[in-house]
Amino acid sequence: MSEQAHHDEHEHHIVSPKVYVVIFLALLALTSLTVGASFIEMGIFNPIIALGIAVIKAVLVVLFFMHVKYSTKLTKLTVGAGVFTFFILIGMTLADYFTRAWGRW
Amino acid sequence: MSDSPVLTQDALEAAHHAHPPYQRHHFETMDQQNDATNFAMWLFLLTEIMFFGGLFTAYLILRNWYYPAFVAASHQLNVYWGSLNTLVLISSSFTMAMGVWCAETRRKSGLVLCLTLTFLLGLVFLGIKTIEYSEKIEKHHVPGFHYSLQSFLNPASDPAAAQYGDKPLALDMARKTELYFFLYFAMTGMHALHMIIGIAILGFMIFRARAGAYTTGHVTFVENFGLYWHFVDIIWIFLFPLLYLISRHQ
Repeated sequence: MSEQAHHDEHEHHIVSPKVYVVIFLALLALTSLTVGASFIEMGIFNPIIALGIAVIKAVLVVLFFMHVKYSTKLTKLTVGAGVFTFFILIGMTLADYFTRAWGRW
Repeated sequence: MSDSPVLTQDALEAAHHAHPPYQRHHFETMDQQNDATNFAMWLFLLTEIMFFGGLFTAYLILRNWYYPAFVAASHQLNVYWGSLNTLVLISSSFTMAMGVWCAETRRKSGLVLCLTLTFLLGLVFLGIKTIEYSEKIEKHHVPGFHYSLQSFLNPASDPAAAQYGDKPLALDMARKTELYFFLYFAMTGMHALHMIIGIAILGFMIFRARAGAYTTGHVTFVENFGLYWHFVDIIWIFLFPLLYLISRHQ
């Protein structure tokens, strides 16, 4: 039974420091980029760019610092399901607020 | 009594298969134990995402409702302190990740160094947060009875507001800046509380790591703490643009 249950699991993967350094430098670069972008007037694109960069940074942290890229399918599914549920909750709440008495608060 | 099933010594030994001392008896293999603890840690982090998610949603909705107030109030934050804190926190995430690697490859002194650096960077973050909080306290921007609207009714009197060329807000809108600061303190305060808890656990871990606790091949504790620390980093990755950056030109 244990043979079967484990044949698709992999050995504990040790992420090499090289990967951590590259991700660290990428995070630093993206931080400079988002701060730099906030000094430029771009109207509606200011928040879009700032949040887009934040999402990229978060994905890098989750995949590499938190090892999700090298984790089991169970972990990947858990993270995916969590993010999905989170967006459902936010989406439904916003849909409610945006369609109910908006502007008459 | 005598005919009740009794396991012989041989049978007991067969049932009690050989395993490392840190493997719990109810797990078949170390892989199974690692997967279970990793799964449980992620479930905990999902509850944390939902918890902070409520605050983020509130911020999103109220910022849309009271847009001018949220823009004017966010001009009170110093983007340089915020950027510096982002660098500090990302560096601490990096040192934590390196700590996990040190534990996995059984480097004891490296692990102690990494954990200590993470601990110190966490304290630096809280120190900078304290500077920012004390600015808010001095200007009476903490929600409550002593909340002051002066920076928003008369922005010219406040250098932080004047540098953005803020126009005076009407009294009813100016009052909504208190909501911004309520969410500011709720979100950064809750984040700081997570940092304080993390720093306390780090202190304990440094002590244990020096005794060689995490360099025996059993790295679950360091690994799962790493997940927690990176999660706290991710919360800040979103707090920073939402609170400091997105209203600078409005």
